[in-house]
Amino acid sequence: MVSADPQPFLTMQGIVKVFPGARALDGVDLEIVPGEVHCLLGQNGAGKSTLIKVLAGAHQPTEGRILLDGEPITIADPVAALRHGVATMYQELDVVDGLTVAENVFLGHELATLGFSQRREAVRRTRELLRRLGHPEVSPRQEVGALSAAGKQIVSMARALSHDARVIVMDEPSAVLDSEEVANLFRVVRELTSAGVAVVYISHRLEEIREIGNRITVLKDGRTVAHNLPVSGTPTTELIRLMTGRSVEYAFPPSSGPGPEAPVVLDVQGLSLRGVFRDVGLEVRAGEIVGLAGLVGSGRSEILETVYGARRPSAGVVRVDGRRLRPGSVAAAVGVGIGLAPEERKSQGLLLDEPVYRNVTLSTFARFARGGLLDERAERAAAQEQAISLHLRPPGVDRPIRTLSGGNQQKAMLARWLVHGCRVLLLDEPTRGVDVGARAEIYALVRRLADAGAAVVVVSSEIPEVLGLADRVLVVSEGRVVHEGPAESIDEHQVLDMVMEGSVA
Amino acid sequence: MNEQKLSADARQAGPGAAGPPGGEHKDTARRVGIPSGTAGRNLGLIVALVALAVVGCVTAGSRFASLDNLMVILSLASVIGVVSIGMTFVITGGGIDLSVGSVLGLASVWATTLATQTMADQYGWVVMAVCALAVGLGAGLVNGVLVAYGRVVAFIATLATMVAARGLAELIANRRTQIVDVDSFTDTFRGDLLGVPKIVWIFVAVAVAGWFLLNRTTFGRRTVAVGGNPEAARLAGIKVRRHTMYLYALAGLAAGIAGVMMLARTTAGSSTNGTLYELDAIAAVVVGGTLLAGGRGTIVGTVLGVLIFATLTNLFIQNNLDSSVQAVAKGAIIIVAVLLQQRLTARSTTG
Repeated sequence: MVSADPQPFLTMQGIVKVFPGARALDGVDLEIVPGEVHCLLGQNGAGKSTLIKVLAGAHQPTEGRILLDGEPITIADPVAALRHGVATMYQELDVVDGLTVAENVFLGHELATLGFSQRREAVRRTRELLRRLGHPEVSPRQEVGALSAAGKQIVSMARALSHDARVIVMDEPSAVLDSEEVANLFRVVRELTSAGVAVVYISHRLEEIREIGNRITVLKDGRTVAHNLPVSGTPTTELIRLMTGRSVEYAFPPSSGPGPEAPVVLDVQGLSLRGVFRDVGLEVRAGEIVGLAGLVGSGRSEILETVYGARRPSAGVVRVDGRRLRPGSVAAAVGVGIGLAPEERKSQGLLLDEPVYRNVTLSTFARFARGGLLDERAERAAAQEQAISLHLRPPGVDRPIRTLSGGNQQKAMLARWLVHGCRVLLLDEPTRGVDVGARAEIYALVRRLADAGAAVVVVSSEIPEVLGLADRVLVVSEGRVVHEGPAESIDEHQVLDMVMEGSVA
Repeated sequence: MNEQKLSADARQAGPGAAGPPGGEHKDTARRVGIPSGTAGRNLGLIVALVALAVVGCVTAGSRFASLDNLMVILSLASVIGVVSIGMTFVITGGGIDLSVGSVLGLASVWATTLATQTMADQYGWVVMAVCALAVGLGAGLVNGVLVAYGRVVAFIATLATMVAARGLAELIANRRTQIVDVDSFTDTFRGDLLGVPKIVWIFVAVAVAGWFLLNRTTFGRRTVAVGGNPEAARLAGIKVRRHTMYLYALAGLAAGIAGVMMLARTTAGSSTNGTLYELDAIAAVVVGGTLLAGGRGTIVGTVLGVLIFATLTNLFIQNNLDSSVQAVAKGAIIIVAVLLQQRLTARSTTG
């Protein structure tokens, strides 16, 4: 498929992207030749999404350059990307449900004469594109909302082709497909590449990469650690070795673990959420940190949210200190002393415009109040005490929490449950968007909470984090617990192997 | 070597992002900036109010600048003011209530039916007042249940109540004006107290109570939390739905109180009472600085917003200007106020 001496037509060189408080990309190179399937591999947080957003014009690189046919170009916005022949299919498919297939395909570049849309022409061309993609059964006049995820993906690809794309970036396209649909997707990808279109393919499933890919670029911690590896001839162990291992060793606090006499605080049995996870059992003792490892979409976050009562389980029981919890009630969970630091801190956890102290006391302000009257002085004092002990920076608690960095916002989130005095702490991606220095502090804090007798459950996409922080690890794949054991008896490779293996349908 | 570089970068990016050199100074500015932000907005409203007063004094002279006229303005502001206080809570909590004007009308009609007034003759004015309040509270609860538990979009749920309540008022009153002839009612609510109309005192009392409720109680804190980020509020253990229901009930209750005040001012229950008050109230609340998206509310701002519109109306009447011109001016004020607020909000959130 790829000629013997292919010349790259699209090159990214030394791409750096700095966000406030984090360096998402730190020197990434990518070379794409016509007609290849170029796989982008890396763990969560390695910088894949940021990289494709730079390529799609959604982010501007802080440093580095992009060459198209040898000429440096600037991709100022998504429209410019399309003009340069770069089309992107995002994981969350960006199609408009209320429009027809043809309207979606020509969205943003509608065919029109004097302002009158040429619907017939659009339908004709869409039909042609769909035929080219091998899906003549999809009607251009059909409403997209009625299509399956696979169907929407076809529409998304037809749109890319309608722009005469030379590169189509596919971000985990198989995540929403069943095995038959994946086979179909691959057929389409092969047809595209044989016509000279290059595909940048992102997937966690090594099997798929073996089947469809030509070359591989591996990212880790925002850098290219290997590029243009041939798919055939690079052993899986080598790929996993490249993806794992940290260039920065996090300082994990020594694990004290629960004493042999420590009572079980959180007891979850047979917990299920229809279509998401099944029959999850979990026992956490006082002083113990249990880690849940798994890919995004494996059901790990949903497990936490269901334990917390934010989702109503279809089966199963949650007990705290032996007392059975009313299912599907957050208020009941908070009442018995369960706290959750949610995955999306900003949208699920914080009142961004409110001062820090009110965010800290969001679960406890009624406790400080007397007869419904707030005692803001007591609230502020309690928040201030936590701010000092957690080394919140800056330490003032009157500023809007929006002005704090991600790490300090997370500390405030933890402070909320410290003030509450939690028996059980559920942490979903506790260090997402948190810089390296603050990470160590958060790890130490979590351990301190456990040592003080809390039962802690940590979910993280970063396997080293789960292994380093937890006493015991549960590996979750496709909504099931596939492994359970002490953290020290398993390493990063094995976990990665399990989550990737398990995800192959 | 790589390790060293990365951690150095991270150190730079971490605390560096939180506070650049000279950040201390900026921080203190922001810390005092929280109260002064609201105060600053209110100051702007006061300036606008003073400017209107100056225009009034210049163009209408003593007709405008008299104690009597001030009382006219305040009376005018009172009924809509009480409605607006209730509306402030709903909007701060992330909702909207289009039904308050109709509910006011329904309350005024229900409290003046032959049956109610006959009872009031026997047991006193309390019967009429309680009837109006109960009607308001009931309508508010219906809204609250629909929005919070029925998950009907607030705009639609309260639109339906708005239409239905107006229709019900017409059915009950048979489209006739019902004159209040219970003396104890008129004695209690009409006339002045310490030289100020009693309905103005009611407005003052409601505004003070509203300020206290929003700023000093757990109820107010929940309101801000629910409006600012309902998901965060829910995950913090706040019963979001129940609180949302309370908010609509409160707005209904305020409309009921306003119904009583309307009866005091006009001595007549009519199904046309309170027509379009919902829009006036929303305008006053938004001009006052409450965020239409929820999460930030100000009672002082709402009171100032109501006073601005009442003064504007009075100013046009005193100058014998067309009410159509007045409507255009009102529209312009709303737009200018909202544009200014957006600028202020944008500035306070960036950087």
